[in-house]
Amino acid sequence: MVSRVVLGAWLLLVAIVARAELVVEVTQGVTEPTPVAVVPFEWNGGSEIEDVAQIISNDLGRSGFFKTMPRANMLSNPYRQDQVFYRDWRISGNDYLVIGRLEPQPDGQVRVTAELFDVLQERRVWGQVVNGTPANMRDVAHYLADQIFEELTGIKGAFSTRIVYVTADSLGAGSFRYRLQMADSDGARPRTILESKEPILSPSWSRDASKLAYVSFESGRPSIYIQHLATGQRQRIQSFKGLNGAPAWSPSGDKLAVVLSKDGNPEIYVLTLATGQLDRVTRHYGIDTEPTWSPDGQSLVFTSDRGGRPQIYSLNLQSRDLKRLTFEGVSNSRGRMTQDGRFLTMVHQDSEGFHIAVQDLKDGRLDILTNSRLDESPTIAPNGSIILYATKKGGRGVLAGVSLDGNVRFTMPSSSGDVREPAWSPYLQ
Amino acid sequence: MRVTNTVKAVSLACAVAWLAGCSSPSTTPDVTDATGSGAGAGAGGANSTGANTGGGISGSGIGGSVDVANLQTVFYFDFDQFSVRSDSLADLEAHAQYLATNPAAVVRLEGHADERGTREYNMALGERRAKAVERFLAINGVDMSRVETISYGEEKPAMLGSDEGSLGQNRRVELKYTSR
Repeated sequence: MVSRVVLGAWLLLVAIVARAELVVEVTQGVTEPTPVAVVPFEWNGGSEIEDVAQIISNDLGRSGFFKTMPRANMLSNPYRQDQVFYRDWRISGNDYLVIGRLEPQPDGQVRVTAELFDVLQERRVWGQVVNGTPANMRDVAHYLADQIFEELTGIKGAFSTRIVYVTADSLGAGSFRYRLQMADSDGARPRTILESKEPILSPSWSRDASKLAYVSFESGRPSIYIQHLATGQRQRIQSFKGLNGAPAWSPSGDKLAVVLSKDGNPEIYVLTLATGQLDRVTRHYGIDTEPTWSPDGQSLVFTSDRGGRPQIYSLNLQSRDLKRLTFEGVSNSRGRMTQDGRFLTMVHQDSEGFHIAVQDLKDGRLDILTNSRLDESPTIAPNGSIILYATKKGGRGVLAGVSLDGNVRFTMPSSSGDVREPAWSPYLQ
Repeated sequence: MRVTNTVKAVSLACAVAWLAGCSSPSTTPDVTDATGSGAGAGAGGANSTGANTGGGISGSGIGGSVDVANLQTVFYFDFDQFSVRSDSLADLEAHAQYLATNPAAVVRLEGHADERGTREYNMALGERRAKAVERFLAINGVDMSRVETISYGEEKPAMLGSDEGSLGQNRRVELKYTSR
């Protein structure tokens, strides 16, 4: 997808292709991941093409559910079922095997065939043929990885999704260049969708993944914008005196929860996009901010320091019943819920610093998932498998991931800039 | 004026200490408070105006002349706090005096937070800090229409480090004259 930024005369924004690529390093895996070998796919089309097998292998490995076999250890390189010698893969300890081939088509397209074998039962369990252009082989690879992941785990794959994040490069003398970037879920193919010399923060995806809402200071004041990803078209929707922040799309897509301080104090409002109607939903002299919607759209979960320190509360929009959700540690803030509504991830502060934690809303159990001290902005993959968050490494902001059970960890170091504010897209339509 | 006064006060304190035979005059953190009361009376410090006309803003009015060019324009805050610190009061009073005597002057107060804590919460905290300074100016007779506030949260750090020194420099309100 190509994104364009519409330039207003009053904006000093440019769309450029970013050089900074995120590189995924898996730093820890689950105790019993399933061993799988993804063999390099056959390709005799001549020109260089994406390494589809490697992308699939990386996706599966990063999910934490699988241990992938390094190519150097492979005893053979089968492309077709009749070339598979199960014994080779059994003695090297693999439970599953993925093979495939890329074939150039007369119309310039590439036909990709992938097959999955159960090594122990010695049978083919799945196979699929997909056509694509040479330019979208990464999409094809993520799609195939999603299918294999679902076949083996029963969980819908989320590799064919995107992440957005903000980078800041110091230009010296207290000045920065801020970029809103979008990349594949593995950090590949980053592209800049907004660039400004004033801060950009709090990107939020619409549920259909077609739009982003975010805060930009480009006019000299914080304003909330909506940007259509397909066209790059953008509109400024809120710019009251004071704070205009923390936009959060409702599951139905017709409303935004926002934070405004126009009445003197940071409060949460629900904006109906079609009519512009604003409903104030909090009334407290404390700081109320960082709203997020429950998956059923019935409640807003938000951060408030009304009890002294920031804690997370849930407000039912119908009954206006308010419930405090978090109690442990020094403070808890910026909650995000899994799509099934069962888990709440948050920034948990203890005496050591700020960590990512997850709370089971059924029994209240809180698990602290990270031990670094400046972790923030957790965002959950749409299938609930991985939390992506921002942390500091070597004095620079980087993105990192952790599974909800804390067993899988990876970092996505960027080759340049300070990376923060990740937001994982919903499933793409 | 602050700097001048502080230097004078410290010099004077040193001289007095030396005369008194005291060998350890290193109590600088409290010296600023001691000079606070001298801010108004110390308008004599404005005699440096002539030397500073380049970036100098000076005004004279009923309350006497104030040279805001020599005043502190960055005011620091304690962690997770938004109350104006006592070491900010003297210069803020002098800014208030300048604003009161120069009807065309307008200030912009930019609130900032350090990197600890979440970004939108820090946006709110930065606003609270800017508003605390705004309130202080209002109490000291400044018309609120002449004061504009904005929060940048933790998005525009003055220092990039994560050490306590850098963090302390980042918890601040910057006072900027948009019109004099």
